[in-house]
Amino acid sequence: MKKFMNQPDTMLTESLQGFAAAHADLVTLHLEPNYLVRAKKAQNKVAVISGGGSGHEPLHSGLLGYGMLDAVCPGFVFTSPSPDQMLAAAEAVECGKGVLFIVKNYAGDVMNFEMAAEMLSCESATVLTSDDVAVENSTYTTGRRGVAGTVIVEKVVGSLAETGADLATCKALGDRVNRRTASMGVALTSCTVPAAGKPTFELGEQELEMGVGIHGEPGRRREAMRPADDIVADLVKAILHDLAPAAGSEILLLVNGFAATPLMELYLLYNSAARLLQSHGLIISRSLVGNYTTALDMAGASITVCLLDDEIKQHWDSPVHTAALRWGM
Amino acid sequence: MKTDFILAAIDAVNSAILSHEADIEGLDRDIGDGDHYINIKRGCAAAAAMRPELENLTPDAALQKIGMKVLSSIGGASGPLVASFFLEMAKAIKLKEPVSLADHAALFATGVAGIQHRGKAQVGEKTMMDVLIPVSALFTQLASTHAELDADLLNAIKAEAEKGMLATRDMLATKGRAAGLGERAIGHIDPGAKSCQVMIHAVCDMLLGQAH
Repeated sequence: MKKFMNQPDTMLTESLQGFAAAHADLVTLHLEPNYLVRAKKAQNKVAVISGGGSGHEPLHSGLLGYGMLDAVCPGFVFTSPSPDQMLAAAEAVECGKGVLFIVKNYAGDVMNFEMAAEMLSCESATVLTSDDVAVENSTYTTGRRGVAGTVIVEKVVGSLAETGADLATCKALGDRVNRRTASMGVALTSCTVPAAGKPTFELGEQELEMGVGIHGEPGRRREAMRPADDIVADLVKAILHDLAPAAGSEILLLVNGFAATPLMELYLLYNSAARLLQSHGLIISRSLVGNYTTALDMAGASITVCLLDDEIKQHWDSPVHTAALRWGM
Repeated sequence: MKTDFILAAIDAVNSAILSHEADIEGLDRDIGDGDHYINIKRGCAAAAAMRPELENLTPDAALQKIGMKVLSSIGGASGPLVASFFLEMAKAIKLKEPVSLADHAALFATGVAGIQHRGKAQVGEKTMMDVLIPVSALFTQLASTHAELDADLLNAIKAEAEKGMLATRDMLATKGRAAGLGERAIGHIDPGAKSCQVMIHAVCDMLLGQAH
């Protein structure tokens, strides 16, 4: 393993300190317990809080700021944050309208946020994101994983919360966006967890992992490497099977990199996915391409489709000012 | 249950986990995401480091502190699960101090029920519960026929933990990270079941050592 680091144990803290220093106008970092809040506390709104294991940057710290999140709790690498982080973050940003947790559906995240919600004294609700169609069968009681679609949920709900909407309304919109969003990922290489020092899994030069999760947990099938159009066809097929959109539907297309795939390849994937989706009669009216929900140093990408409606589109377009997403202001 | 026992058990578990790094990490790489061993190690080290502040506490206060500490230091799925074991036992001891062997078996069962309430897994789902539930059931059963924690009882518990851990090899995972793998997880022992077995063996071996 070759990584820029001093020691595995201090890697997260040093990275958080660097992030906070680079974006001091947007965020403030608190250590032990670790959480970040907006540099300027928002008033009179539902506090939108997210978090999860580190290693998915810019998720979630990069999405902290006006129009999105009020606080984030970064856990250790690929490890859910703990309830004390969530409680401290909630107490720092809550301003009388309750707390909305946005949680990716992974057992550890769900249980830790659940315990935090039980200990919290103010009103709270949770939006559980579960956009990954790779874990397709509902008989898996853990259900689908929450992956890159979480960015869309956070943007849309963050915008609604900024208008002063109440907790129940924010949760309802978050759940709706989640239901209308589907993702699927593919990996060309494994990632390496710094503290482990070895790749999480081995992929041959001519192999790919279809349906991979964002932790380098192996996907559902190992297949032979092949042209991008073929790979995209499989990803899009799984997504369309899940969403079953009517022809003429407007969609948001997100091509997300897992960190070690260049933008050149991500745009190639976008080109391929866009052509395919258009050939199914879909109208791509919003798009996003880049590294938004990464998996340390994994090469690979995921495709996410969100079925838009007027309300979702309005909140996607509204002003946002965070380290990773900024428009309209 | 005495605070001395809790502290000695924590030390035994901590060193056993450290000496099983390679096998637990290997299993997690097979079907997990590579963080299970690191998290368990971090939690054990944090609990072991608490000795000075726990020594003079009552058992329920010590268990409560350990529970909150592992909750904030382990993270991941293991944090709330392991913490629930300690927190539920802390509550139970506060209500009724265990005296007999049957009381201790009931206390262990309360801790296991706490984990089950949090994680909602059953036997057969390829998780730590495949070790904990059968071990707890056997402990309860043996406590009714044994007068004390003798070698016969402790060895039976060790065997049951081993059996439960090995049984996860052929299971299809429906809970936890391995669930996403579907049939590909078959043939791999669950890392959580393995670390539970290691911990149970560590405490039994400690008690066996004391008995001799």
